[in-house]
Amino acid sequence: MHEMMVADSLLRIILQECQGRGAKPSGARISCGQLNAINDEVLMFALEAIAKGTLCEGIRLEVEHKPLQAECHACTAVFGVDVDLPKCPRCGGDDFRLLPDAPLVLESIEFNEA
Amino acid sequence: MTMQRLDIGQKILSENERWAAENSRLLADKGLVCFNLISSPGSGKTSLLVRTIRDLMGQVRIGVIEGDIQTDLDAQRIRATGVPAVQINTQGGCHLSAAQVGGALRQLPLDGLDLVFIENVGNLVCPGAFELGEHGKIVVLSVAEGDDKPAKYPAIFAKARAMLINKIDMLPSGTVDFDMAKAQHEARRLNRGMAIFPISAKTGEGCAPWCQWLEAESRRLKALQGPQANTEPTAY
Repeated sequence: MHEMMVADSLLRIILQECQGRGAKPSGARISCGQLNAINDEVLMFALEAIAKGTLCEGIRLEVEHKPLQAECHACTAVFGVDVDLPKCPRCGGDDFRLLPDAPLVLESIEFNEA
Repeated sequence: MTMQRLDIGQKILSENERWAAENSRLLADKGLVCFNLISSPGSGKTSLLVRTIRDLMGQVRIGVIEGDIQTDLDAQRIRATGVPAVQINTQGGCHLSAAQVGGALRQLPLDGLDLVFIENVGNLVCPGAFELGEHGKIVVLSVAEGDDKPAKYPAIFAKARAMLINKIDMLPSGTVDFDMAKAQHEARRLNRGMAIFPISAKTGEGCAPWCQWLEAESRRLKALQGPQANTEPTAY
């Protein structure tokens, strides 16, 4: 349920941006890595709940999950990690270094303008 | 009606990251090393801390930040060993935030310490997503929870610097089914370099290698501080 704190931070950032423009947002797009452990439904539910009564009430949320990347120690290939069966797709090796996971980012906000 | 898209590109947890960086600076200023203990509820984090504090008494000066939803029972157990402990009650929150830890750090007598442990709220998912400014995460798994936890909760096992497999005193009786090799293999699938210590906080078995690692790792991390303090890149 850390999605509640994520939703709270997200709402605050979106509201700041909206107040500057004096406009009501219709949607937002965020991206996250595999290790942020974000459950889309829980995050959307949390955002919907705390956005009530604000400019963000009814906002649509789109979540892009970025793959976890790793570098193979044997053949130096950089590849997207299958967390359930992590191995290098080029040489089959299982000795690799995880690259920094993508952070949680508010990518964009959408506004419907007349 | 037209749709307009405004590109933002801002980290959502930037406020937490700001606090984590502040905590990291404070720890560096005081020459302290800090580890964040993460596990399910009931894995024995507090018992492990009590055992570790007693085993390192007179060698390493330890302070503890306790995170729980309610009560200060864990802080009381730590204080009974004679070391300082600050309790954070999250009032329902499923993890500690860097701001909460920043407040607690300032209540500890930092000038008289070498090492700070943060005992996070018992939860194998959420605490792993929030940086606190610590030097590393240590995940605790007890054999009673089952050997499939590393496969089911990969994120925290991928991020941890070390794993303690606690309650190994339960294994000989056969009351729990726990495949030690499987748990270790799956924990290391995403984190080959992770140090692993089978341990019993109750009997003390396996505590010596853990304490040796803790002392060596603390020395290594402390040596990295100074002008280059805490600039070691965190992978996550």
